[in-house]
Amino acid sequence: MARQIRRTRRGEIQLRLPEGEQTLLRGVAASTRALLADGDDPALRRLFPPAYDDPELEQEYREMTGGQLAAGRERALQHLEATVDRKVLSEEDADMWLRALNDVRLVLGTRLDVTEDLDWDVRPQDPRAPELALYAYVSWIQEQLVAASA
Amino acid sequence: MSTLLAPGEVEVEEPRSRDRDEPELPWIVIVWNDPINLMSYVTLVFQKLFGYSHEHASKLMLQVHFEGKAVVSSGNREKAELDVSRLHAYGLWATMQQD
Repeated sequence: MARQIRRTRRGEIQLRLPEGEQTLLRGVAASTRALLADGDDPALRRLFPPAYDDPELEQEYREMTGGQLAAGRERALQHLEATVDRKVLSEEDADMWLRALNDVRLVLGTRLDVTEDLDWDVRPQDPRAPELALYAYVSWIQEQLVAASA
Repeated sequence: MSTLLAPGEVEVEEPRSRDRDEPELPWIVIVWNDPINLMSYVTLVFQKLFGYSHEHASKLMLQVHFEGKAVVSSGNREKAELDVSRLHAYGLWATMQQD
């Protein structure tokens, strides 16, 4: 399979996403953003892990950083949606993409309850098959972007 | 912790560490293993956030992966909290505690 993202010899991060994949990524970023705005889904818990054991200190941490972290996530997802048809990503774009793709994976992975020895040999009749395929695809894009960013 | 009081002495409540003037114990920032974050991504985040070399960042990532956690930075409470929130922004499972 041809790579959709690579670092060119000129040092640019080149993006070549077929239209179908653009639509897929835009859609999954938008639905993750909608989930964030809603704020209730248990799959979101993994996006906001506690910093402290101590409940009082944790409460302070939440109050201080929670809003900022949520806003940052929303901005990154929105940026991915807006730039998915680009041919070249700047370093800043790539950074936003990395965070957005990772949030998409965290939500999908939490919902699918993935483990480290995840069995990719999914049977088509498995009800989790479509989401597992999506998770694998987003992971593949993320892996390429990490390689191009490193 | 118990305190021995001389007769007539009044027990004063210990102020919380952040209010004290004397230097507090350092805080450490721990990243925990999780089954979702890609190994290559975790390494890249350590390089980006802390300016670690690829070699050092990989070593920390492998420690997280095989031992379940690794201390990735340390400092006063403010610095540790900033580091934790930056790691949280990148989706890593980070906590902090006093060493």
